Amino acid sequence: MNKDTLPQRILEVERLSIRFGGLLAVNDLSFAAHDREITAIIGPNGAGKTTVFNCLTGFYKPGVGRIRLTHADGRDYLLERMDDFRIAREARVVRTFQNIRLFAGMSVLENLLVAQHAALMRASLFSVAGMLGLPSYRKAEKIAIERARHWLEKTELIAAADEAAGSLPYGAQRRLEIARAMCAEPVLLCLDEPAAGLNPHESLELNELLLAIRAETGTAILLIEHDMSVVMQISDHVIVLDHGAKIADGSPQAVRADEAVIHAYLGTPDSEDLPPDLAIGIAKAGR
Amino acid sequence: MTALRLRTELVDALIAAFVAALLALPLLGFKLTDSATGLSLDYRWPLVGYAAGAVFTGRLAIGQLRHFFGARFDRTRGQSDIYSADPGRARIMFGWALIAIALVLPWLPFADKGLVDKATLVLIYVMLGWGLNIVVGLAGLLDLGYVAFYAIGAYAYALLAKTFGISFWLCLPLAGLLAASFGILLGFPVLRLRGDYLAIVTLGFGEIIRVILQNWGEVTGGPNGINSVPRPTFFGLPFSAISPTGPTFHEFFGLPFSPVHRIYFLYYLILALALFTNIFIIRIRRLPAGRAWEALREDETACKSLGINPTLTKLAAFATGACFAGFAGSFFATRQGFISPESFSFIESAIILAVVVLGGMGSQIGIVFAALLLVGLPEWFRELEQYRMLAFGAAMVLIMLWRPRGLLASRSPTVRLGKLAEAAS
Repeated sequence: MNKDTLPQRILEVERLSIRFGGLLAVNDLSFAAHDREITAIIGPNGAGKTTVFNCLTGFYKPGVGRIRLTHADGRDYLLERMDDFRIAREARVVRTFQNIRLFAGMSVLENLLVAQHAALMRASLFSVAGMLGLPSYRKAEKIAIERARHWLEKTELIAAADEAAGSLPYGAQRRLEIARAMCAEPVLLCLDEPAAGLNPHESLELNELLLAIRAETGTAILLIEHDMSVVMQISDHVIVLDHGAKIADGSPQAVRADEAVIHAYLGTPDSEDLPPDLAIGIAKAGR
Repeated sequence: MTALRLRTELVDALIAAFVAALLALPLLGFKLTDSATGLSLDYRWPLVGYAAGAVFTGRLAIGQLRHFFGARFDRTRGQSDIYSADPGRARIMFGWALIAIALVLPWLPFADKGLVDKATLVLIYVMLGWGLNIVVGLAGLLDLGYVAFYAIGAYAYALLAKTFGISFWLCLPLAGLLAASFGILLGFPVLRLRGDYLAIVTLGFGEIIRVILQNWGEVTGGPNGINSVPRPTFFGLPFSAISPTGPTFHEFFGLPFSPVHRIYFLYYLILALALFTNIFIIRIRRLPAGRAWEALREDETACKSLGINPTLTKLAAFATGACFAGFAGSFFATRQGFISPESFSFIESAIILAVVVLGGMGSQIGIVFAALLLVGLPEWFRELEQYRMLAFGAAMVLIMLWRPRGLLASRSPTVRLGKLAEAAS
């Protein structure tokens, strides 16, 4: 692995592997993400992209490998050893989900306040100060609401602030999930297919939103995406996975021209879109 | 079109009548009679016919009514329908009106000792319902063993007050604390469970506590229970005719002695405790802890991804809910003056849960109505003893048909952007 000089390396994944029974979902994967950069992870279905996310955010514990997150102040966090909620709270790696996971029965604003739980809980002295309505807590809540309002404006959801999150249209729910993640003040924002189900116009808006987030907060963004209009236009760095292993890593232009990537997505003409080992197996069975 | 509808309804009614006949055959059709030769079987075929006929016409009538009232009958409400963006001003006013009625109830012209006593019982269940609402309605953890904490509170008060002579007001927080500790104790092993599995384990916990109370004779008195539990005092003034230690309530205030004093005092005591529970819940819902409970109910995975510790959050919900059951238990013990494991059987848990579910999960006022319906009405219709459970079941079925999400299921947000949002839109 060659050392990058600028900007600072924020996430470093080394030799990550995870196995589910006989399936090696992620195989000896190493990559890095940098501060103030948008890194895209792409690959065909079942390539292990979401599994990598689940390892980063602690939902899965990898069998082998190290995931190191470095904050701007130099503190290191070894994510593979941390509980999922501590990764979000302390290491500040916050994610969104492929199938949107909002608190559907709660209002949009409440969704954003839940994201600031840890800070508000401290301010309310584990409910004691909050119960008594002390000014210190009221001030903290005001700040939290202001932060929520800021992200609602950014995501153009301010008019729907008091509506139930579950009643929003699909595109708005996607944006709300991103706003909620931003309210948790992430150092690394992991977005799992944020453009899935969006129309081309909404995809464009998403691009602008993500670029604005990066420009404003400098948050590093790691993104799984199938929508190439998103990936190619906004990412600084693209990592391509296939069958759990990295097959390409570089700038969008470089990746687009890569032989192995074209092979993974389109297959080779003689194997008729089947992975090589399976094609050989079928050929043998036919004989 | 109408002919087709009529045919479907006729077929529907026939099927219902057939099922009714099947059920009525063993239930109504056969009758054991004592005769000279011993037991013999009598047959009552007409009754089976009447039952099937009644169901047939009833089903047909429901079909007609449904057609007549259109969609109003078939309303099934989704998650976001329950949600109401309006702060429910009408409901708040209504709540205040209810509190006002509760405050003056003993002084109303038709109020008597019996009514106030029944109202006290209803208020115990309102308080238990509100307490369980934290666990079931807010945190979404189905708890079938809630009565265990009620029992712990009652026994804690009875034992502390009887053995050490501690006063009610000191015992109350102690009993709450003890019940909360047991809530945490139960919480630990069931943290990973949800839904049905959680319900089974909590059901088991409730039974374990009851069985312990029944068998740990040296401490709990076993099936005989604990009698002559100290009665409550009014700031040290007992509600008895004479007292060897000092002035009694009626002596101190120069009133003629009346047993009604104690009943009224108990009524106001439980009213205060219940209102305290209500205020607590209204406030905690607006705090991060309460919002975390609701978020946990909505989506645990999303909670974890936002840095909420699900373990602590669930334990807090269990402990808080249990604490209020402990308070209610203490009150129960001091009101009854006698407790035994029989008072804490599974049916109590079921009734409390029914109060919460029928009231509308998470709805505070709904729980009051459900408690009136499920606890109050059976008390008033004690004469109809035999039909009580029948009416109970019928009420449940009807509520579930017309209000599948409870009597007053609605949730308004705990915090609002309000005017700011209106200005922007």
